[in-house]
Amino acid sequence: MMTAPPDTPSTQRDDSRPDTLEGFAARIRRAVEAGAPLRIEGGGSKNFYGGPLRGEPLSTTAYAGVIAYAPTELVITARAGTALAQIEAVLAEKQQRLAFEPPRFSPDSTIGGVVAAGLSGPRRLQAGAVRDFVLGTRIVDGQGRILTFGGQVMKNVAGYDVSRVMAGSLGTLGLIAEVSLKVLPVPVAEATLRFACAQAEGIALANRWGGQPLPVSATAWHDGTLWVRLSGAEAAVTAARASLGGEVVDDEAGRAFWQTLRDQKHTFFTAIAGNGLPVWRLSVPSTTQPLDLPGDTWVEWGGALRWLASDASADQVRAVVLAAGGHATVYRASDDAKTRAGGAFQPLSPALAVLNRNLKREFDPRGIFGPGRLYPDF
Amino acid sequence: MTHENTVPLLHPAPDYAGADRDFSRDAAARAIVFARLRAVLPAGSVMVETEDLRPYECDGLSAYCQVPMAVALPADEAQVAAVLAICHELEVPVVARGAGTGLSGGALPHAQGLVLSLARMQRILRMDAESRTAVVQPGVRNLAISEAASSLGLYYAPDPSSQIACTIGGNVAENSGGVHCLKYGLTVHNVLKVRGVTMTGEIVEFGSAALDTPGYDLLALLIGSEGMLAVVTEVTVRLTPKPQLAQVVMASFDDVNKAGDAVAAIIAAGIIPAGLEMMDKPATLAVEPFVNAGYDLEAEAILLCESDGTPEEVAEEIGRVKAVLNRCGARAMAVSRDEGERLTFWAGRKAAFPAVGRISPDYYCMDGTIPRKRLAEMLTAIAALSKKYGLRCANVFHAGDGNLHPLIMFDANEPGELERAEAFGAEILEKSVEFGGSITGEHGVGAEKINQMCVQFNRDERDFFFAVKRAFDQRGLLNPGKAIPTLHRCAEYGRMRVSSGRMPFPDLPRF
Ligand SMILES: Cc1cc2nc3c(=O)[nH]c(=O)nc-3n(C[C@H](O)[C@H](O)[C@H](O)COP(=O)(O)OP(=O)(O)OC[C@H]3O[C@@H](n4cnc5c(N)ncnc54)[C@H](O)[C@@H]3O)c2cc1C
Repeated sequence: MMTAPPDTPSTQRDDSRPDTLEGFAARIRRAVEAGAPLRIEGGGSKNFYGGPLRGEPLSTTAYAGVIAYAPTELVITARAGTALAQIEAVLAEKQQRLAFEPPRFSPDSTIGGVVAAGLSGPRRLQAGAVRDFVLGTRIVDGQGRILTFGGQVMKNVAGYDVSRVMAGSLGTLGLIAEVSLKVLPVPVAEATLRFACAQAEGIALANRWGGQPLPVSATAWHDGTLWVRLSGAEAAVTAARASLGGEVVDDEAGRAFWQTLRDQKHTFFTAIAGNGLPVWRLSVPSTTQPLDLPGDTWVEWGGALRWLASDASADQVRAVVLAAGGHATVYRASDDAKTRAGGAFQPLSPALAVLNRNLKREFDPRGIFGPGRLYPDF
Repeated sequence: MTHENTVPLLHPAPDYAGADRDFSRDAAARAIVFARLRAVLPAGSVMVETEDLRPYECDGLSAYCQVPMAVALPADEAQVAAVLAICHELEVPVVARGAGTGLSGGALPHAQGLVLSLARMQRILRMDAESRTAVVQPGVRNLAISEAASSLGLYYAPDPSSQIACTIGGNVAENSGGVHCLKYGLTVHNVLKVRGVTMTGEIVEFGSAALDTPGYDLLALLIGSEGMLAVVTEVTVRLTPKPQLAQVVMASFDDVNKAGDAVAAIIAAGIIPAGLEMMDKPATLAVEPFVNAGYDLEAEAILLCESDGTPEEVAEEIGRVKAVLNRCGARAMAVSRDEGERLTFWAGRKAAFPAVGRISPDYYCMDGTIPRKRLAEMLTAIAALSKKYGLRCANVFHAGDGNLHPLIMFDANEPGELERAEAFGAEILEKSVEFGGSITGEHGVGAEKINQMCVQFNRDERDFFFAVKRAFDQRGLLNPGKAIPTLHRCAEYGRMRVSSGRMPFPDLPRF
């Protein structure tokens, strides 16, 4: 029997950071054989999000690069490890962008992580969420199979829309190796307005404007001030600015405000790193009145997204939000606080829990991808 | 299409994965099914006589016909759940049905199964101006939602050409689009929540009135699942504010290549028009006598480009669009002067299918998508195929989305023409895949494009679709045999293609 010389590439190579599809597949098959879970990781900038991290790291960062970008097709295809910053730079050269404005937590954030986390920024109000822009993916499933779904075209209903399900799956269904995203032109004009008002009034105003053909691309309310961003054609922005009134925010300051909000750099979000209160992400119907919960609040997405820094008990937060028809995520908090809350995410209805578990089983029969990251029981 | 002279080739092979009980040879078992269903439904809601079943034997793709064992017409969600639970227990295949306008045989009945018609569930349950949402039952017609929302200054954006007839339940099942999808999105972008019933009779809420939900995005999976994962019983749609003004530019070109380039140039200029549609000469010639829209009959291609928004915004955008079209060599241009003229310009595009139906005894509508930049190449390929098969073909496109609807004209009463039409269509779809696109943009795979699924997806991927199906419907009873081909089916198709002298389906790379 021949033994492999000690310095063959296969033993030398760090197989926690594959740079080929086959490398990922081999690593996953090895994990399946060993029954040893993996945690898929891009830049690691969203490690705080979801349940505890378990398993050996499997990094996508060596599998990087834009595969195709055709501005007139409004599509970019990239490998999972490509830095979000690089994608944004490539798009900016052609006056295009990712319209869902994913948060940029760190320069290391990867496009794979953006899709896997499924977090969208302020423009979600007008443009839609990550999943709305996913056109196709190449994934490696829990059996190490390399599979391609969707494509690079705007419309495609051949087979189930597996690609969109990968958005927000937090690496628990499979490894997103490549992704095609719809991109959009940068708006010609943008302006920011500011209004002094109480939270209830801010929510009411945002909903009223949402029902009118206005180019409102983001809203944010905090501490007695409602911020409104207008984006679109020059003429539309000018007309809306005149009809809405309010105080016009200087362009530079306006841009800085939305950027800080998008990237969650406000102390509201970062205080937890010191010893601030847990930050909750509350997703509710946009018309929901101010929630009867103690703590500091930000309201985004025309009222549909509420951030809450609060010492209220998890039971209390979840009950109030559920009654409003939404769901509550322990967003930034210690693992302890998440455990006390019964997990980062709101428990599913029994019928949905069954379907979620069934789907997880079909994608990842041996349960090797990020156990506990989404729900404690799978 | 007429259904005389249909050939076996066109009928889907009976390789249903899952449901395989043969009730036809077991009158007693059949009687039990009927009695159980009647016990949970109001009188007159279960039909079993052949003459009552006939109207349900096909959908909009009438070359595929199959009389079902029975039809049930539930009046509410509880009845849907009861029917499904019974069918699950007795292993009766179920095919949900809306208005039956589908073009891929998605609602084609199962010979041993039940057609579950949602036609009686057609109430608009809630219309809310403040949250810009409507809650409707599955049998509500697409256009009825916009009509009901109109007084609130709102409308439901996805507008399939069949919108006066098709139901929102069918739209959800097919992820239907319309001429305004480029800017406003498909069904998947405009539906917030769906209540549905799985095959076991379990009621599930997918999505919510909030913008996202915890767990996997099963709503995204359900939309476009062709009635194979759950029966839709209630839909919450997002309504869009009506724009103050919409205007359309109609431009004609003496070369389809130039028209194709103009489409790309508009997008490259950073414009996302509210609609961007194209018709070739055969389509214009078919349509003009039908609608008198004033289309340029000399043109090789016509582009319709719509702009909407505030009057200032529309003026600005139309100016930019005209400049681009000029640069791309448009031979003539007209801008709609009022709402009446705008609708007239669109009328021809919207009536393209029936208009072609008037000049040909039968037509076969394709639905491939391709990258926009391959448009001209595709048209050249289609022209060559038209010669090869000796059949005329008119082309209408959702050009902005790269979604083509070649309409292949044939006469089913002429021996061999139907097979030629089908072979012609199959080649177009396979070309779409080769060009980096898809075999279907909005009409679904259904019973029709099963073979082409073997070309677009490899074995592992097709297995994976079955795995997704299993997660929702363990026994494979909901719309069995549609959308996903079995291994056996693909092997057979591969042999057929080899024998006609071509390559067996290679697993084409699509990235
Ligand atoms: C002239 C014409 C023009 C068309 N134009 C367009 C167009 O522009 N864009 C476009 O996208 N399509 C178009 N179509 C296709 C068709 O209208 C759409 O696919 C439509 O969504 C089908 O709706 P339906 O109610 O008729 O569904 P059906 O044909 O009854 O069913 C279609 C599929 O949906 C399933 N289904 C129906 N109801 C339910 C339910 N409640 N729950 C679960 N599954 C269900 C069925 O099982 C079947 O698989 C056109 C068709 C015609 C005839």
